[in-house]
Amino acid sequence: MTVEAVHPDSFSTSESDFPLLSVKDLSVHFPIKRGLIVQREVARVRAVDGVSFDIRAGETLGLVGESGSGKTTTAKAVIQLNKPAGGSIAFEGQELIGLSNSQMRPVRRKMGMVFQDPYGSLNPRMRAGDIVGEPLKVHGLADSKSDYQEQIASLLTTVGLNPAMAERYPNEFSGGQRQRLGIARAIAARPDLLILDEAVSALDVSIQAQILNLLQDLQEQYRLAYLFIAHDLSVVRHVSDRIAVMYLGKIVETAQSKDLYEHPLHPYTQALLSAIPTPDPVLERSRTRIILRGDAPSPLSPPPGCRFHTRCPIATERCSTVDPNLRFTEPDQSVACLLADGYEEAD
Amino acid sequence: MYDYGTCSKTFIGKASTLSSSSTPLLQVRNLRTSFKTAEGILTAVNDVSFDVNHGETLGIVGESGCGKSVTALSIMGLVPNPPGLIEQGEVLFEGRDLLKLSDAEMQDVRGNGIGMIFQEPMSSLNPVLSIGRQIAEPLEVHLGIGGSKAQDRATELLEMVGIGDPRRRLADYPHQLSGGQRQRVMIAIALSCEPKLLIADEATTALDVTIQAQILELMKNLTSQLGTALMIITHNLGIIARYADRLNVMYAGKIRETGSAEEVYLNPAHPYTVGLLNSVPRLDQTESERLDPIEGEIPDLLNLPSGCAFQPRCRFATEACNDSEPPLEAAESGQQVACFESQAVADAVASARS
Repeated sequence: MTVEAVHPDSFSTSESDFPLLSVKDLSVHFPIKRGLIVQREVARVRAVDGVSFDIRAGETLGLVGESGSGKTTTAKAVIQLNKPAGGSIAFEGQELIGLSNSQMRPVRRKMGMVFQDPYGSLNPRMRAGDIVGEPLKVHGLADSKSDYQEQIASLLTTVGLNPAMAERYPNEFSGGQRQRLGIARAIAARPDLLILDEAVSALDVSIQAQILNLLQDLQEQYRLAYLFIAHDLSVVRHVSDRIAVMYLGKIVETAQSKDLYEHPLHPYTQALLSAIPTPDPVLERSRTRIILRGDAPSPLSPPPGCRFHTRCPIATERCSTVDPNLRFTEPDQSVACLLADGYEEAD
Repeated sequence: MYDYGTCSKTFIGKASTLSSSSTPLLQVRNLRTSFKTAEGILTAVNDVSFDVNHGETLGIVGESGCGKSVTALSIMGLVPNPPGLIEQGEVLFEGRDLLKLSDAEMQDVRGNGIGMIFQEPMSSLNPVLSIGRQIAEPLEVHLGIGGSKAQDRATELLEMVGIGDPRRRLADYPHQLSGGQRQRVMIAIALSCEPKLLIADEATTALDVTIQAQILELMKNLTSQLGTALMIITHNLGIIARYADRLNVMYAGKIRETGSAEEVYLNPAHPYTVGLLNSVPRLDQTESERLDPIEGEIPDLLNLPSGCAFQPRCRFATEACNDSEPPLEAAESGQQVACFESQAVADAVASARS
């Protein structure tokens, strides 16, 4: 499989050399079963296929890709909500794959998760205060009733909500306020890592900007690491130190945020960047666009060779047979494309 | 549901003699649309006036609840009554006031004069009819093109929107198509009677970015080939910047700024427009600086602030903004702006840039 590519010593952006989260060669497969009584596996969706990345304390890794690229499946595997088929996930040096639910509980305290849909992820019958305070109860982090109330009030203030709102129910909040609640709940147990899965995608632009600034503040305040997952590359680039671009279950390019825009190496990254219109009519009309052919293939039957070759504007014969590994072309940029500048195949 | 309506030849003939390129194709005048809710009357579109010229692309941009979709539904005569009601105004399409037409006459206009594409192609297409049938239906019933001729025309239309092997795909059902392909089929249906105006309401919002780019390019190319005017309704400022000749910025049911794309993007003079532009992370900015978002929440349409609806979130607001609502007036850089402090806003934008 693909990856010996992410060297632990490759990114030295943060002071600690020890990655908070280290994912190596992660694969998540979903069986497709047929049969009413005796179920047998007829096919396998390789939703995530050999993905590796590191996140250091206080750092943001952006994971970008379109529907079916495997970004959410990767996130769920990290918090062990689905069972990986292979690979390793080390959090603070501890291997998570194979841990039982009770062994996983103290680890989950250190990882918070914020979801896309603030309507679907908050229990409508719980008061806002109890939603935010639930992790405190689960992990036994409140000494007394008054301590519990105080912590909730301080969490609500931290995310920019009025502590008096603790008595209200989720339907009394706007979309942006609900997402603030979701964030308050995610940071309640003082995690080291927040997984943000399309956390700002459903919000209006003016509210989205407020939430992005809040996330930036929280990161500075608590030295949080973020795994920031989104399909909008301009938002991902804004918040991330490094970005990994996924396509059909694989990482096709990783780079520092600024390098990705200035010299993207993978043709998919280039197309993705050119597909995003910037709010500047003069610039937009002078840009040439790379329009990809067709739709992304189904993850059920990914094409042989490079998975992108069916839509790639520069693909050659070899691309349909050789599946390129992710390799470093620069100290902090790696790419999986036979034709990318500086890409060298292993012997 | 959208009724693709009658595409009667006679109407096309009559309409084209009525219109001349000097008068705008569509003139919306003082449109006010409201909805009766349990909590009171909600005015979704409040005294909105604008034109769409022949063959041009107009963008309508704004956030949730600004009235952009209700404007489109009002033009199409698709506001459900009750609870909705068009209280006042005129929608002049090729000189005829659409608000005064009977249901049957309005069906004539829909599809034939004005086509529309929605965000959710899956709920706009009938899941139990083949796509060939759905494209051929308006052709057969209203243009009198039947049988194999309708199939030929449907094949042409599918080919036009870039669906490969179109003859065989006619037998497919909507669920067999991807989201992008479904939206292509919607475009084929919307353009089947060669309307003068195509309204795309968040037509690419639900699609992946690379597919979004395909669909937008397709829509733009086809409308410019056919000379169709295009109204793009979206919350995405980038899409408008790329495709629209002119744009209306809407907030709380009203147009706050309107002008050419260059005027509004390069020299924004309404604080809401400035706030929107400052809220979006831009790929071409090298430093990932902090964003400068608009404070506060989008207002409740049932409980709008007094004076200018943007005033509680506005950094430039003065006493006057609380007392009365500013009218749309020409700004120095050419566009129309509804703001008492537009000069101060424009100056602040200019000094922030230098």
